Amino acid sequence: MITRMNHVSIFVLDQTSTHDFYVNKLGFKVNTDAEMGPGKRWLTVNPPDQPDLEITLMLIDDGMMFNKDSAAKMRDLVKSGTFGFGVFQCDDLRATYEEMKAKGVEFTKPPTEEFYGYEALFKDDSGNWFSLGQKKAH
Amino acid sequence: MEEYPRQYLYLRTVRAKLFIDANFATDIDLDKIADEACFSKFHFVRLFKAIYGATPHQYLTHVRVERAKEYLADGQTVAYACFKVGFDSISSFTGLFKRRTGLTPRQFQLQRLNFKESVAAKPLHHIPGCFAEKKGWKKNSNFREVQSIDVVSEAENNESL
Repeated sequence: MITRMNHVSIFVLDQTSTHDFYVNKLGFKVNTDAEMGPGKRWLTVNPPDQPDLEITLMLIDDGMMFNKDSAAKMRDLVKSGTFGFGVFQCDDLRATYEEMKAKGVEFTKPPTEEFYGYEALFKDDSGNWFSLGQKKAH
Repeated sequence: MEEYPRQYLYLRTVRAKLFIDANFATDIDLDKIADEACFSKFHFVRLFKAIYGATPHQYLTHVRVERAKEYLADGQTVAYACFKVGFDSISSFTGLFKRRTGLTPRQFQLQRLNFKESVAAKPLHHIPGCFAEKKGWKKNSNFREVQSIDVVSEAENNESL
């Protein structure tokens, strides 16, 4: 019986820049940061209130997971905003939106009312996009 | 989003929050923040609490404790962390820290340093095997722990036979 999810991966272009984005712009906490050899790093972060969900910031590099061609294609796809990786939640979307904008986060959709609540869309430093939502009280 | 207060009040409150984030280590005068936000202290505190679930003072304490955690995790002394984030008494800092985290600053520090040491010494104990396999890290003989895992696996296999 599956009980919980504890790891999810996001493919990124530069782990140093991505570390800065997720920690300093989104306010996430570094969970695990391990050097795995020259230029190799295992880096996971988690939302502040969700320490047991590790978001792996997976570098797209030529190696076991990608060959040279597929890594280049993957980088292009990520850069061009192909992938939406998930939905983050906050208590107050308008305030969170204003704060993230002040920190330089790029939004592709401002806070908008939906059936279930309010939603905005933003991109990370690589080009991955996320929904940011606030649920309506039912 | 009709039920939201007016935009400028939001912007002012968000700016006040960002001001606390940037200046938590200084002797912040929360009354002054309300003045700078251009509305009464009563309305400022009420809106701040509605947005962030805590009064500005509670939030300031939260930010200070969170930053202190980072200093402690980096191996700084309790006194350093205490004064660096804006507290002026080690005993009151220690009491507050324990009430909020359930651990004394030193206990928290030992927990974090042990975790960091474990990650540095045995990274594969913290990485799901499928990823380590895909990345080719399990084949790296530089990681002594891999050898020990192999030995354990071999012993387990022998036991199961």
